[in-house]
Amino acid sequence: MKINLKIWRQAGPNATGKLVTYRLDDVSPDMSFLEMLDVLNEQLIAKGEEPVEFDSDCREGICGMCGLVINGEPHGPRVTTTCQLHMRSFKDCDTITIEPLRADPFPVLRDLVVDRSPLDRIIAAGGFISVSTGAAPEAHATPVPKKNADRAFDTAACIGCGACVAACPNAAAMLFIGAKVTHLGELPQGQPERAARIVKMLNQHDAEGFGGCTNVGACADACPKSIPFDVISQLNKDLRTSLVRGL
Amino acid sequence: MVDVIDGLYREGTPIKDTKAPGGPIDKRWETRKFEAKLVNPANRRKLSVIVVGTGLAGGAACATLGEAGYNVKAFCYQDSPRRAHSIAAQGGINAAKNYKEDGDSVFRLFYDTVKGGDYRARESNVYRLAEVSASIIDQCVAQGVPFAREYSGLLDNRSFGGVQVSRTFYARGQTGQQLLIGAYQALQRQVAAGTVQMNSRHEMLELIVVDGRARGIVTRDMVTGEIETHLADAVVLATGGYANLFFLSTNAMGCNATATWRAHRKGAYFGNPCFTQIHPTCIPVSGDHQSKLTLMSESLRNDGRIWVPKDPADREKDPRTIPEQDRDYYLERIYPSFGNLVPRDIASRAAKYQCDAGKGVGPGGRGVYLDFADAIARFGRKTVEERYGNLFDMYQQITGDNPYETPMRIYPAVHYTMGGLWVDYDLQSTIPGLFVAGEANFSDHGANRLGASALMQGLADGYFVLPNTIRDYLAAGPFPEVPDSAPAVVEAREAVQQRIDHFLSTKGTRSVDSFHRELGQILWEYCGMERTEAGLTKAVEQIRALRADYWKNVRVLGGNEQVNQSLEKAGRVADFMELAELMCIDALHRRESCGGHFRAESQTEDGEALRDDEAFAYAAAWEFSGPDAPPVLHKEELVYEFVEMKQRSYK
Repeated sequence: MKINLKIWRQAGPNATGKLVTYRLDDVSPDMSFLEMLDVLNEQLIAKGEEPVEFDSDCREGICGMCGLVINGEPHGPRVTTTCQLHMRSFKDCDTITIEPLRADPFPVLRDLVVDRSPLDRIIAAGGFISVSTGAAPEAHATPVPKKNADRAFDTAACIGCGACVAACPNAAAMLFIGAKVTHLGELPQGQPERAARIVKMLNQHDAEGFGGCTNVGACADACPKSIPFDVISQLNKDLRTSLVRGL
Repeated sequence: MVDVIDGLYREGTPIKDTKAPGGPIDKRWETRKFEAKLVNPANRRKLSVIVVGTGLAGGAACATLGEAGYNVKAFCYQDSPRRAHSIAAQGGINAAKNYKEDGDSVFRLFYDTVKGGDYRARESNVYRLAEVSASIIDQCVAQGVPFAREYSGLLDNRSFGGVQVSRTFYARGQTGQQLLIGAYQALQRQVAAGTVQMNSRHEMLELIVVDGRARGIVTRDMVTGEIETHLADAVVLATGGYANLFFLSTNAMGCNATATWRAHRKGAYFGNPCFTQIHPTCIPVSGDHQSKLTLMSESLRNDGRIWVPKDPADREKDPRTIPEQDRDYYLERIYPSFGNLVPRDIASRAAKYQCDAGKGVGPGGRGVYLDFADAIARFGRKTVEERYGNLFDMYQQITGDNPYETPMRIYPAVHYTMGGLWVDYDLQSTIPGLFVAGEANFSDHGANRLGASALMQGLADGYFVLPNTIRDYLAAGPFPEVPDSAPAVVEAREAVQQRIDHFLSTKGTRSVDSFHRELGQILWEYCGMERTEAGLTKAVEQIRALRADYWKNVRVLGGNEQVNQSLEKAGRVADFMELAELMCIDALHRRESCGGHFRAESQTEDGEALRDDEAFAYAAAWEFSGPDAPPVLHKEELVYEFVEMKQRSYK
């Protein structure tokens, strides 16, 4: 396959960026999208040009490190991570535009690499169950109905990639928070801190500069792990309970 | 000075673990915890610990040490501690809970692990691992890890490669992810509490040793390029394994051996570097562009059946059209009692032999079928989907084939390294104050690791072992403050700066990746599933030549004061080159087959691995003696008091 690329190049956090055009003549449909970029980078290095910087680590769709906006869509045209997208999803002679995950709270560090540390701070604010090592009761002491355990798992599958934020016109991280409060809220272990958790996480969310949710739904469409949109309803429900309790 | 053996190494004095108490094996950990000195809670915040790596071992250690009140500084090269490669473990975590009442016990988990490791691990360490395994499950459930449950609401278990009891806890095919997120959340809780200071996008490039003690590290800020000094009372390395030596492995792109190798160069002995694990169920290579290999959890072997066509002429045919009688379910045939669940090394080598015999399927003939047709017929598609849905999706994503309809193709790939820095029972290396946890140490798996035991070891070390043993060392602290002007600090910083300057100024002709790929090919060919005297000798020569060329001819563009992934990789590959040579020397010197280390010269009449317990019942601890000087071998004799050494048999 022949592929034309338009890639966002930006020298540093404060530099002005621009789209630069490249062309690859020998792309195999079995290549992953990031392997295609590896091939481009090898060619750039051979020519003495600095390679395109982009994040990736596991390349198995689970670590959440990769995340590119491909033709305007975070992680591209399929419901998967960028690293699990393959070139067979594109056609010969396609032109592909590649940009970083765009959102004010995610500043560009270089080229396609962004800073997503606000998501870590949201978890630090309350996305956990406070149990110090050694303090745990026997695992079978509290049965968890399978239905709740399954729903907890489905929402715990979030990989923290930030695609939901980049897809949202308001740059909200509500799907991310909704997934976490639903995961922990489905479990008996998560109940004692449930009401306070949501408030702390949302306060941090707002302090980081993320926007509000206006029920657009683009987040769930972009999510590579198919986190359901209704976690945001759960988030709102939990928030109402917390507000009633004056938290 | 003693003679150089085989032109490659010298032998030094034997080494011994001095920390494990003697006596009954089930009392040793309790005794050690009691004997280890305590640190008064009020004094803990005056004691600082650096933890490098935030996977299961590092993340759990940071959280636990932070909860205890120590002052922790954590480092990871990724943009967030949640990304560590523990996250990719799929299948599960073992624990001796015996919830199935199928005869499991701490002793049986211990026994299986020692046997699975082919009698090359230290008994007292392995027993402790089995002993704390049950507490890990309790801890994780309390954190909200959504393990699979039965309709009763109780935890579900499954059996896993190499064992006959169901002791594996799992969270669909994403157990590592869920356990890591549990540890990560516990870590973030401590970040908010102020006990842990998290430094992501920081790479450790040097260890600082002052007056014989590990006192700090030199890091590079991977965004600004700043070279930083971080000092503490103790240093913990939880930086994972070195399977990325092979270029193509199931490790993440960034997994590296720089932290452990830098520590090795500063005096930490390296244990059993040749013990690497080849995982039998990975997606085969599809072309030269391949950047990494993807593992399919071996839990698939519980329900999938492995086969190749009996007749090589059938290998191009649609597998669904090949009738039963023309298929060879070779694992079920050769190993009737374990069948498709034989340990990883046996399953891997068996696949290689089938492909060597011309029966391999798929591109290049390097693949065998893993077939779910029988399982789908027996349990229905829905059950199979519940058990393996995400793995099937991943397979389809990568290959374009639908495994519900046609058999998967699989082939072995390098996956895990049992070798690592040598540690005593306290997980302390040969450098006082330098502790090593998780895959980065050599401690628990001997020559071969059983499935679902990596997660168990990472969390055992991080939550329960290290926090209890490190206090014995810290009790003597705080140690005298180290000024930035101390010669050891200055020297370490200069070494880092010089290496960076060298890479940026070499202006060679070849990219870092091209060297790395070539190194991987040498290792896969000569130090992979089957190793020979001649092959390994050749590998050592080739690696040396490649390393010499690397320092003269590598091309790294851009500067230091920016995100520069070529520069990051350049340092890692330089260290891989040196470790690769040691790995081959270790493989050469160990003229026996054991676990994942198969020497073609040492096999039984029917082609099984043949150990030589007379000559090799020891762990090899290697001492660095210079980049071009022969390493020094220190043998730690392995004594089996509680498990009788037997030739493994899975037939």
